[in-house]
Amino acid sequence: MSTKAPLADRIAKATPAPLASRMRGLSDRSIAWLFIGPTMALLLAINIFPLIWTIKLSFTNYRANRPNAEVSDIGIDNYVSVLTDPDIWIAMQTTAHFVFWTIALQTLIGFSLAFLLDRKFRGHGFWTTLILIPMMLSPAVVGNFWAFLYQPQTGLFNAVVAALTGVSPSSFSMLGEVKLAPWAIIIVDTWMWTPYVMLICLAGLRSIPDYIYEAAEVDRASRLRQFWSITLPMVLPFIMLAVLFRGIENFKMFDMVNLLTSGGPGSTTELASITLKREAFEKWRTGYSSAFAIILFVAVFGMANMYVKALNYVKTR
Amino acid sequence: MSQGISTAHSVVEPSATSRWVAGLLVALYALITITPLAWIILTGFKSPSDAISYPPKVWFEPTTQGYCNLFTTRSRQTPEYLAALPPATGKCDQMARAESMVVVGNSNYIPRFVNSLIIAFGSTVLSVGFGVMAAYAFSRFKVPLKDDLLFFILSTRMMPPIAVAIPIYLMYRELGLSDTRTGMILLYTAVNISLAVWLLKGFIDEIPREYEEAAMVDGYTRLQAFRKVVLPQATTGIVATAIFCLIFAWNEYAFAVLLTSGEAQTAPPFIPIIIGEGGQDWPAVAAGTTLFLVPILVFTVLLRKHLLRGITFGAVRK
Repeated sequence: MSTKAPLADRIAKATPAPLASRMRGLSDRSIAWLFIGPTMALLLAINIFPLIWTIKLSFTNYRANRPNAEVSDIGIDNYVSVLTDPDIWIAMQTTAHFVFWTIALQTLIGFSLAFLLDRKFRGHGFWTTLILIPMMLSPAVVGNFWAFLYQPQTGLFNAVVAALTGVSPSSFSMLGEVKLAPWAIIIVDTWMWTPYVMLICLAGLRSIPDYIYEAAEVDRASRLRQFWSITLPMVLPFIMLAVLFRGIENFKMFDMVNLLTSGGPGSTTELASITLKREAFEKWRTGYSSAFAIILFVAVFGMANMYVKALNYVKTR
Repeated sequence: MSQGISTAHSVVEPSATSRWVAGLLVALYALITITPLAWIILTGFKSPSDAISYPPKVWFEPTTQGYCNLFTTRSRQTPEYLAALPPATGKCDQMARAESMVVVGNSNYIPRFVNSLIIAFGSTVLSVGFGVMAAYAFSRFKVPLKDDLLFFILSTRMMPPIAVAIPIYLMYRELGLSDTRTGMILLYTAVNISLAVWLLKGFIDEIPREYEEAAMVDGYTRLQAFRKVVLPQATTGIVATAIFCLIFAWNEYAFAVLLTSGEAQTAPPFIPIIIGEGGQDWPAVAAGTTLFLVPILVFTVLLRKHLLRGITFGAVRK
């Protein structure tokens, strides 16, 4: 009896302190809402409310440059005209061409560079930093200065191509010719974003434990076989992640191409976002462009879903 | 996957030759990839005629004319008017006189640069501030529909900027926020907050819960534990996240060009429209570009360790 009382006393003294202090402050539940609240409020005000507004506008013939004109509800007419507009389909094809080739080139070059960097030669940290610089730059500023490099005759790009191939530097214009302009934007995007793919591939390569290669070596698997059966499958989730990120980013590409070609010559480099900008802010067809924006949302959202699935796959691997 | 295993290779150690070849190829690529940037930095120190000479000049007489033209506005004058003026005072004025022009004032570059700084820092403070709170709540508490909310936050980043800009443009017109720094700060905060929440959640997840629990046993409230235990532990993550937010806001162009035109215009929409007599003044554009890129180059070096994490929204950690 005499030994139990002090113990109970001690327990009684020890427990109330933290409990009491928790009661003094806010409950965890209210802190959770207090902490998430501002983020949600901001996103609701600046993302969700405008999104709902866009959906509403997409069913009208509203024009932002005539705020006093009568607005009438025209049902799904805008969606029908967007989806049957041949110009929109041309823009989608241009976008697909751009997305496909930038991803193909960036994956190929990015993976090769990562594969080389994984040799861990002397000074690889320095060279990596140098290679990473382009992707940190402002896409608009990049588009602007590449327009200078692409100048026929006086530009550096033409001079280098002329020196390597022997053609005259004034015989071609990367931004002025229908055949070359789509490749001009692909080259700049590849220059800028190859480091991105490289960095992710490098993380993939570094995540492969050495013992797998050691086991393959014991089994006398050839270097080529090791590459196909170990390296590539293990890096693949990382490549997928990079491809999806680049895919989404390039699907909505605007700034760099707007500065470089603004869609020209003709409409050969007019990507979806540039068409959207022209419809919304030059022709002021607000209702129509809202419908197009919603269609693009849905497309990107679908890709985002794929991205999250891939991400979970990479994480659970 | 979260820890890069880089123990010493044994049988799989690359041979000296393969290392040497790999190093050579990578160095070659790095030099090629850095050439366009180096060329722009050089162009900033060329005279307008050297900048567009044929063939392009690698060796030239360096001049600060590009920088003078970037910071000043000039007007052409008659020889009589110039002769009557007192001698030129500054170096920029002398250079202008040599082309029978006088400096008449400052250009808009500095105000635009200042706008960029204010908007980038303002939005970074807000998005990291809100972001760290939301990230902590998502990391530590049972939030209903947590995964859906996190996906929703991420998906806001996936929207094409031009599509978002249409209603924002209309909304800001109604609220009087068009072409204001406040409007741009709020907009960039909304765009960056998704990145901030995702990155910071990753960083906070890595801080053991036991630290706060110990502090709370010692009598701290939850809020005190957050402020005095979690925040100091998360400093590295907060700084890395802040730099990512800064870079985005600093580089952003699509919203800036559609929603600002004067007062609140940032540097990216301004630099491409620097024009001299007869078209773009390339040395001035190159000078403006160079100054604009300096902070980014510094940040790239500072961020090297966390770069991978930032660009994948925390999906890949090293």
